[in-house]
Amino acid sequence: MNPRTHALKTGIARGWHEFKLGLRSPQDWGFYVFMALVTLGYLWLNRNNTVEGGGMSMSLPAFAMPSILGALIAFGLVIGPGYSLAMEREDGTLLRSKAVPRGMTGYVAGQVVLHSMGIIPTFAVILIPGMFLFDDLMQNGAAGWATMLWVTVLGLLATLPIGIILGSLVPNVQKMGTWGFFPIMGLTAISGIFFPIQALWGWIQVVAQIFPVYWLGLGMRSAFLPDSAAALEIGGTWRTGLTVIVLSVWAIAGFLMAPRILRKMAKRQSGSQVEAARHEATQWVR
Amino acid sequence: MTVIWLLSTVALIMSDSPIIEVSGLRMRYGTTDVLDGVDFEVGRGEVVTLLGPNGAGKTTTIEILEGFREPSAGDARVFGANPATASEDWRARVGVVLQSWRDHARWSPHDLLDHLGRYYEPYSTPERKRPYDVDELITMVGLVDHADQKIRTLSGGQRRRLDVAVGIIGRPELLFLDEPTAGFDPQAKRDFHDIVHRLADLEDTTILLTTHDLDEAEKLADRILILAGGRIVADGTADQLAREITREAQVRWSRDGETFVHATPDATRFVRELFSQYGDDIGDLEVRRATLEDTYIALVQQFETGQAAEAATSAFEGAAG
Repeated sequence: MNPRTHALKTGIARGWHEFKLGLRSPQDWGFYVFMALVTLGYLWLNRNNTVEGGGMSMSLPAFAMPSILGALIAFGLVIGPGYSLAMEREDGTLLRSKAVPRGMTGYVAGQVVLHSMGIIPTFAVILIPGMFLFDDLMQNGAAGWATMLWVTVLGLLATLPIGIILGSLVPNVQKMGTWGFFPIMGLTAISGIFFPIQALWGWIQVVAQIFPVYWLGLGMRSAFLPDSAAALEIGGTWRTGLTVIVLSVWAIAGFLMAPRILRKMAKRQSGSQVEAARHEATQWVR
Repeated sequence: MTVIWLLSTVALIMSDSPIIEVSGLRMRYGTTDVLDGVDFEVGRGEVVTLLGPNGAGKTTTIEILEGFREPSAGDARVFGANPATASEDWRARVGVVLQSWRDHARWSPHDLLDHLGRYYEPYSTPERKRPYDVDELITMVGLVDHADQKIRTLSGGQRRRLDVAVGIIGRPELLFLDEPTAGFDPQAKRDFHDIVHRLADLEDTTILLTTHDLDEAEKLADRILILAGGRIVADGTADQLAREITREAQVRWSRDGETFVHATPDATRFVRELFSQYGDDIGDLEVRRATLEDTYIALVQQFETGQAAEAATSAFEGAAG
């Protein structure tokens, strides 16, 4: 039995167990339902609005639905592991993992599985009611679903390491807002999720195209929308090749950097640090 | 080369070299030295208690040995390796009892022990089956009735029992316990003592623990270390320490309704003489040796006044110079 492979398997089982615990938790469902209500509510209120560009006009929900799915991948896979790590560093979960042989390997494997699986209920609560609320969401049939799948997987690989790095670097959970939440919201606002990116200044378009959120949205639109809708995009095409390249570069860079940063952070964990966080938290309550 | 390495490894295993070796350990936070040259050893199968006032550096010492903290200077070896850089395989031999807080709140004790135990599976040997059987362990720590409820809903005492179980799930050869019974009720304390005895006697586990409960230290430890001011100021069995501080025992008796107290280095002889002189007139006889508590307080006070004197001397020298 190779101890490393064994630890990976144990970690995958850990992630699956935590995912199941989440599915049984009313809190988690509350979060999914809230997210679905906000998203679908926004789209429903804008059902008669259109987006225009490149001599083309289409309904806002048709444009925004795939884009939002793309943004939710980035959001879930950056903020999710970020919060988990920041929280579990403080509450001693990480320390427990550190205290068992190859426990950190298992812990990270568990996090990857847990947050990747989280995409499934997220998509389900939005897509399934969305299909009934709006006509012709998916216009490319099986090929479209296949595109959605690879964009999802690639996007996951591109964003998850960012979440792990964020969770390792953020000083404490309270700072997750400034370090994680607001930057991602800002990035989403400029990444052409709710309206075509060309409406913004040129330099903002450049900034947006450096980050994965824009490309996730673009990839998702290419999956759901007919080819004619590409007229709304920069250059009038889906730029599929470039989407693959940009997301892959993020994924590779992330997977090279994340383990090092994570290891450095894990090295600092000790019982007295958890104790100090606990002390601080009780002060907080008072 | 490989042969030599193998031979030396075998020699290391065969020889009764200490499990823990600490020499010249220093830890400095800012400008204060929490540890200022700590030296001690712990041999295979020993149960050693680390005592000391708050802030003496007990937790720091244990965390260095657990590999969770790097010392500023000095040498710490556990199973011959530096804990800070030891391999993951080294971890399999070491058990750590951590204070749980709100980690794994949604998990049940059974599922958490089952999960954490799996990491030890590759390290199972015919002599030392790893991990423990989860149900057996749950019974041992007295959590049978709570095995399947959410950890979040456990009481403080039940949580500590779970912490102990997590610490020993991998059947460690060496176990670290930092104030394991803080907040335990008497029954839980006794159960815990039984577990420690069982681990030490049946599993040949080496144990290093810290506590503020001197009674507990005396009950559990083969040897006691007292850490004060960043150094080990005493090292020995409870009896040895008591004798080091005071060779005298207190003899107390009554005669004709009057109570007498006498301190003597040889209580047996004194009592024999007492009886030969007064015979049946002696009542309420009590011989009291210095307790660990007396010893501990005396040692720590001795150390603290020593430190104050030293400070005064250096201040005086500073003024004179």
